[in-house]
Amino acid sequence: MSILVNEDTKLLVQGLTGREGGFHAEQAILYGTKVVAGVTPGKGGTRWETRDGGHQVPVFNTVQEAVTKTGANASVIFVPPPFAADAIMEAADAGLPLVVAITEGIPTLDMVRAARFLAGKPTRLIGPNCPGIISPGKCKIGIMPGQIHLPGHVGVVSRSGTLTYEAVGQLTALGIGQSTCIGIGGDPIIGTNFVDALRLFNDDPETHGIVMIGEIGGTAEEEAAAFVKAHVKKPVVGFIAGRTAPPGRRMGHAGAIISGGKGTAADKIAALQAAGIAVAESPALIAETLKRIMSSNR
Amino acid sequence: MKIHEYQAKQILAKFGVTIPRGEMIAKREDARAVAEKLGGGTVVVKAQIHAGGRGKGGGVKLAHNPAEADALTGKILGMTLVTHQTGPEGRVVKRVLIEEGLDIARELYLGIVIDRASGRPVFMASSEGGVEIEVVAAEHPEKILKEFIDPSVGFQAFQARKLAFGLGLEGKVVNEAAKLFQNLYRAFEAMDASLVEINPFVITRDGRALALDAKMNFDDNALSRHPDVRELRDLDEEDPLEVKASNYGLNYIRLDGNVGCMVNGAGLAMATMDIIQYAGGRPANFLDVGGGANEEQVRRGFEIILSDKNVRAVLINIFGGIMRCDIVANGVIAAAKTLGIKVPIVVRLKGTNVELGQKILKESGLNFGVANDMKEAAEKVVAAAKASAQ
Repeated sequence: MSILVNEDTKLLVQGLTGREGGFHAEQAILYGTKVVAGVTPGKGGTRWETRDGGHQVPVFNTVQEAVTKTGANASVIFVPPPFAADAIMEAADAGLPLVVAITEGIPTLDMVRAARFLAGKPTRLIGPNCPGIISPGKCKIGIMPGQIHLPGHVGVVSRSGTLTYEAVGQLTALGIGQSTCIGIGGDPIIGTNFVDALRLFNDDPETHGIVMIGEIGGTAEEEAAAFVKAHVKKPVVGFIAGRTAPPGRRMGHAGAIISGGKGTAADKIAALQAAGIAVAESPALIAETLKRIMSSNR
Repeated sequence: MKIHEYQAKQILAKFGVTIPRGEMIAKREDARAVAEKLGGGTVVVKAQIHAGGRGKGGGVKLAHNPAEADALTGKILGMTLVTHQTGPEGRVVKRVLIEEGLDIARELYLGIVIDRASGRPVFMASSEGGVEIEVVAAEHPEKILKEFIDPSVGFQAFQARKLAFGLGLEGKVVNEAAKLFQNLYRAFEAMDASLVEINPFVITRDGRALALDAKMNFDDNALSRHPDVRELRDLDEEDPLEVKASNYGLNYIRLDGNVGCMVNGAGLAMATMDIIQYAGGRPANFLDVGGGANEEQVRRGFEIILSDKNVRAVLINIFGGIMRCDIVANGVIAAAKTLGIKVPIVVRLKGTNVELGQKILKESGLNFGVANDMKEAAEKVVAAAKASAQ
């Protein structure tokens, strides 16, 4: 099994006719994801097709119309930053249960308003500024390279993009497959957080172990550690990026900044260890650490 | 993005936040006239740099008359101000703000930031003004009052009053302060700030409420809708290499080690810095070339890394997802040839088209160290840096 996305996921792409949206929709289709609709205001009624012409997708003006006509049950957003928060709200308004926002660079106050709009609605948002979500062999939503994944029983949750690929690559190289991999995004305001993802993995009978990749800034890792300590019985491996990051500087991700002595890697590692999470000392040891604790758990 | 105190005060004044009378000057000759214009009495001369701790570093001085204002301006302009936020090299002061002296009864603290946990802006106020708020937060967290702001309705009058009364204000200054708080939030929201901090916010003996200091940082993601703010950027306050990198769409932060690194993705870039340290070396920089960097960006990235004279070896760590390894390899070779690179380079490629990428590197005839994983890459580059530093 897997969480949130699987072979029954019917995907709608907001921004399908743009360069990024089209490229990644095609990659998703090649991976086997069911892409059922695109939304681009003003291009409703047209059809988008893959470069080889082998696959056509209807384009709609509004998310509401796309959902009504195609039964889409998830959306991925490749809309440019100034318009992305609006796209998220449109998807939630149409009642979609899952919205994955890939867009990087959305103004923070736009996301504050969008998060407020989502409060109390049944929509789960993943991201923004994230690589997306994949259940290997079943469904890929986002920009991650599909071929590095292997179907299996380890859940991966991460704030980063390429560092997630690194961890997944290590797992696959050791023959350890993944149930679902979620990139929750590197922004200060995100939809699904570590605790949400950990809860889903903990409740998924087919997920036997969890890899959690955090980074400096904020307190999300500390909250995750408290949740693991209280609720998670499965083996968990953690890694925190940014031990060498200087305070007060934004390390690429808007969320990755040590401010006022808070959010340091040392604090987070201590919190994870206190919760019984096996922390990989080096980013090269993430998969090995998981293998070690999973075999000693049997 | 950061701006100077005098610029922040100009913005806040437009939103109705009361600030002391004053003027920014860049030449000593203007000091006396400004002090005269402010009444000829006591003024404060404040160094304008993008760092806190200016007072402790000797960059804020009280002048009792225009002659003293002139003398102190002469001392502060051009001085290298070292504070806990500037690093040991300090910053050269190029502008000062001269303001009227005030008869201060109370020094308080105000701040607005985005609270990540609730996903909302939070307005903080504390009776402990004029000191570092981090110290208050650590030692007396109960002395920081917080009002969380619902973005759908904004900061309400009752919330402003709660803060004003919570700070122990009394009489007519309560309403004046509450009004100032609301104006402060309007400025935060309208300007897409990421931080507004007034430390201290003061009450004078004659019962006025003013922002004695002001700090505003802005959300970089929102600058495209604030061209006026973007123009306030002061390149003198930034590392020239970081400015150059940002012009090419690269994310570069200079550090003090000697192992340069170029990585795609912020998380992997931080992890690469970490593993360099784990292998016994020290990273010279953070450089994220982005998820889909092209040949040109790889070349510019190299150029920037190598402009740092401390760099003794370079590690390239690319996990090609969408970005293909063969394209990265071609970019690295083009850069190595055009830039005439002298330091050893270790390349670790992984992901899409990795075999082709490695083949291109091997057949280039250039002397690259090739590594298959991060651990090997870090160990090789640290050894190379040590050897070339000798």
